Amino acid sequence: MRDNQVMTLEVEPQTRRDARHLPTITLGFIPLTDCAVLAVARERGFAVREGIDLRLSREVSWANIRDKVALGHLQGAQMLAGMPIATTLGINQIPMPMQVPFCLNRNGNAITVSNTLHDAMAQGDGLPAWDDVAAAGRALQRVIAQRQAEGRAPLTFGMVYPFSCHNYELRYWMAASGIDPDNDVRLVVVPPPLMVDSLRDGHIDGFCVGEPWSSVAVEANLGRIIVSKAKLWRHGMEKVVGVPKVWASQNGAVLAALIRALDRAAAWADDPANCHELATLLAAPEYLGMPEGVVARALCGEILTGSGLEHRAVDDFLVLHRNGANLPSIEHALWIYSQMVRWRQAVRRPGDEAVIRAIFRPDVYRAALAGAPWEPDPMAAGPGIEASDELDLFDHRPFDPTNIDAYLA
Amino acid sequence: MGDPTLTILIIEENPVRAAILEDGMREAGYGRIIHVSDMVTVPDKICAIDPDVIVIGLENASRDTLEQMFQVSRTVRRPIAMFVDTSDTATIQAAVDAGVSTYVVDGLKKERVRPIIDVTISRFHAFRRLQEELAEAKEALAARKVIERAKGILMKQKNINEDEAYNLLRRAAMSQKRKLFEIAQSVLTTAQLFDEA
Repeated sequence: MRDNQVMTLEVEPQTRRDARHLPTITLGFIPLTDCAVLAVARERGFAVREGIDLRLSREVSWANIRDKVALGHLQGAQMLAGMPIATTLGINQIPMPMQVPFCLNRNGNAITVSNTLHDAMAQGDGLPAWDDVAAAGRALQRVIAQRQAEGRAPLTFGMVYPFSCHNYELRYWMAASGIDPDNDVRLVVVPPPLMVDSLRDGHIDGFCVGEPWSSVAVEANLGRIIVSKAKLWRHGMEKVVGVPKVWASQNGAVLAALIRALDRAAAWADDPANCHELATLLAAPEYLGMPEGVVARALCGEILTGSGLEHRAVDDFLVLHRNGANLPSIEHALWIYSQMVRWRQAVRRPGDEAVIRAIFRPDVYRAALAGAPWEPDPMAAGPGIEASDELDLFDHRPFDPTNIDAYLA
Repeated sequence: MGDPTLTILIIEENPVRAAILEDGMREAGYGRIIHVSDMVTVPDKICAIDPDVIVIGLENASRDTLEQMFQVSRTVRRPIAMFVDTSDTATIQAAVDAGVSTYVVDGLKKERVRPIIDVTISRFHAFRRLQEELAEAKEALAARKVIERAKGILMKQKNINEDEAYNLLRRAAMSQKRKLFEIAQSVLTTAQLFDEA
């Protein structure tokens, strides 16, 4: 028993529901569909049931999230999976060791292009089939080659943050399709709420972003969704809960309670029977403040890829719990690190793998659930998840996490 | 008087706050002040204007855009003044302690704009100098380690003492007109090759 907060966890169930006496945790979030698990943990009582008063602070930028966590204004936050790596390694910032005990979701992003670019891509060999990642890449490469031959300005794509999976997904997809993401296109950071306006005003020709922003662009008939992250990087780690390592080590019991609450919230949120109720919750002004119908698309896996088209059922478009989704993946984290090196954000240092293994903590997640009275997700409980978490990108190029140098050679 | 040759870019959606900042800067004698209120055009504006100082609110979503622009090219790294509306001295102190090249002020009064810009610029330069010194120190340390290891290898291989090993490295560096560190590095590489063979 390290602190009196542990005592609070052992009080009678009736008093537990009174959040006033519970230890408080404040987590930051960005208004995106994949903040769902955090919202559910708070609003559906899962946090209080585990003996914590979970408060959520809506933030406008990832830079703000990073700074407020670093300054201790927030105990932790929803983070892009690359952020805790960048913060721990001190890339363009003061280094601060972070810990990731929980993954909020796998997949959930999409690549959307303007109607004009979509039409250009549809010429020649014809329209790439929806979500055929390789064919879409070839079509884009063709358009870019033609534009270069005509001496036109390079296409511009928006993504959300330098250390975002969106950045690495766009770059990987382009590079594998024969496009140099540093020279053949311009990549710019655009905050998600500005993405659709930027597309409308012609500042960008396409973007990779989390929902609901691709659906908002489709709703406004400004673009087409051409690729889902589910296909580009199967079961790819996306948002995580990141906390300072110091805080995690000093608040072990509270962190374990938070992990249990998030796990239960994730199971509820991932249940297809709850997707419309969840959409209503997230559509509220304190979360996304967006139309419920648009928010529901990713949650219910029914994506509208273009205005006037049919809804498409997209398998695993957004995965909140099943198949061990909440387990932080060391292998995926190491792949993200390899991309930081590949695109010269990070300088390759031999000790970095060990540093990253110490950030992403499936063991902390499992230990928190070990005493839980419910049946854990079978993938998350056993060693099986390691197999299912093997990195699988659309071109199926094998990734050996023990030999990053060979992968990058 | 503020430096009239400086170009200052204000990124602010709220016209009232932008006006306070702009007035304060003009009165302080700063010459070129440009205000962007349309966040969609921020990246283009920064490239076109190439400002010396950027002033932005802490709660502005375009901060993420700035982060990327500074990462892509170190040459566009610029001092940023950030402001918050609430009076929170803890935030200010912590931000300054954290060494970010920013200065957070409580509240917006046009009389306070000048010192903020001054402090931002001087802090930025101080921080950048520290960073450069740190990088140099790290490099020197890494080089010394390599030289130490190369000396160790030579001592063992040639059965000589430390001074002799050092002199050997130094002579090789002088005759080949290369840095001592580079010679030491090639000794290590060669030794590695022999170990693996």
